[in-house]
Amino acid sequence: MEPLEAIQKQLEEKIPGLKLTPEGAGFLVDRKDLLTVARFLKENEPYKMDYVSNLCGVDYKEYLESVAYLYSMEKKEGPILLKVRVSREDPKVPSLTPLFRGAEYQEREAYDMFGIIYEGHPDLRRILMWEEFVHYPLRKDYKPEDQDLLEDEKQPPEAIQGGK
Amino acid sequence: MEKAASALETQMLQVNIGPQHPSTHGVFRMNVTLDGETVVRLKPVMGYLHRNHEKIAEGASYLASMPFTDRLDYICSMTNNLGYAIAVEKLAGIEVPERAEYIRVIMAELTRLVNHTLLVGFLLNDLGAFFTPTLYAFREREKILDLFEAASGARMMCNYMRFGGVKNDFPTGFMEKLKEVIANYPRFLDEFERLLTENEILMGRCQNVGILPRKLAVNASVTGPMLRASGVDYDIRKVDGYSIYPRFKFRVPLGTVGDVYDRYYVRILEMRESVKILEQAVKEMPEGEVLSAKAKTGAKSPRTFRPPKGDAYGRIESPKGELGFYLVSDGTPNPYRYHVRPPSFVNLTILEDMCLGLKVADAIIILGSIDIVLGEVDR
Repeated sequence: MEPLEAIQKQLEEKIPGLKLTPEGAGFLVDRKDLLTVARFLKENEPYKMDYVSNLCGVDYKEYLESVAYLYSMEKKEGPILLKVRVSREDPKVPSLTPLFRGAEYQEREAYDMFGIIYEGHPDLRRILMWEEFVHYPLRKDYKPEDQDLLEDEKQPPEAIQGGK
Repeated sequence: MEKAASALETQMLQVNIGPQHPSTHGVFRMNVTLDGETVVRLKPVMGYLHRNHEKIAEGASYLASMPFTDRLDYICSMTNNLGYAIAVEKLAGIEVPERAEYIRVIMAELTRLVNHTLLVGFLLNDLGAFFTPTLYAFREREKILDLFEAASGARMMCNYMRFGGVKNDFPTGFMEKLKEVIANYPRFLDEFERLLTENEILMGRCQNVGILPRKLAVNASVTGPMLRASGVDYDIRKVDGYSIYPRFKFRVPLGTVGDVYDRYYVRILEMRESVKILEQAVKEMPEGEVLSAKAKTGAKSPRTFRPPKGDAYGRIESPKGELGFYLVSDGTPNPYRYHVRPPSFVNLTILEDMCLGLKVADAIIILGSIDIVLGEVDR
């Protein structure tokens, strides 16, 4: 695989107005550019990144991050990492599912655990937690409810930080 | 209710298969809409075993999560350990002694034998051959579990790998037993195949059922034997060449049609390749340390183990597909973020597409051929 600098140069040349920040094994991408970059990497030689392997959220307290690892099954290369940072108040990230079916359940999981809203996802529902659950349990400010309290002693969910 | 597409006035029927049903391999539910016996809609519902594995790991030291990874895919605890160890070693830059690498490969391949043998047994269960093939499979699995017990002290929850090696060396007499198991395995596979591979019922039920086209398989991030049954040559042991896999000669079996039968047969062939890897590993295995001196202190006092800030993604070819661990360190003894990329969870994405237009009984064997373990799907 080409070194990251070369890929960055190539991407910025081909997609007008794109600004990438190198970050580890990949790039930090603005959310408005995510789909364009992913589609470019998927469809063009010599990348052919046709396989999204790992997709998950991370809560860095100041912002939420959605991480996607792209690999190429055709070229047996990779990974290229695409990270998108969004604020907690407006956690919207474009969905990769229209491009890669494999992102479908993983995005549902990231939504379930972090409350990242994947726009354009065909079926964004909770997947591991039950539907009535209102919190996002992997956010750092989530406090599990006290198991010792009786049902009528519990605080309403809105009072607990990290609630919807 | 929608109207069914027939001349008679009939209705679609909504059925929940599971969560308590022997064919769902655990607490898993398929919400199915049926037109007669034909599946027209299928939505998997999961999370019954959810315990937020990832949140628990954030509150524990790196090493403390090692025994917990056993409980992900409880049939393949050794490969779960290996995947986690590789991710942490990547994060912290730890070297592994050569003998330990051999031990790891041996354990990983034995796990692959266990997993595939059991899967074939359970697939036959789903086909209606109630527990006879499964007991043949269990008989062989016991022999390998005895080896696991001798080495790690536990049959299923092995907790055997450490960052920078494995917990302890093989005990005395282990190699003889191992060689015996390896030598006898092809004979068992022959016996198994004689019963199954050209069995008319098996062929009739499995061939051309649940076909997963190559392109869709790649697009849906399907990995493992299921992907290779669709004819995509992608094995992480070859692609990444992690551990010492590049040293061994083995082939990657591929399917042509991508149906349930191919998924069954690719697994049988993969077991034969695993036996080849085991034979080579046993022959070439060197003497030496199994845990480097530096890693030993880390294993004794886990709170002093603080990987540098950053993130790492380690992945291996587990028997079910790509098992990955994504770790973020903030320089403290606990991981800041710990994410598991479970192969069977991601492979389930495509379940509905494979079942549409087929009968309920086909949906059951298609689910069986995906090879899911709910401890891993739900985490």
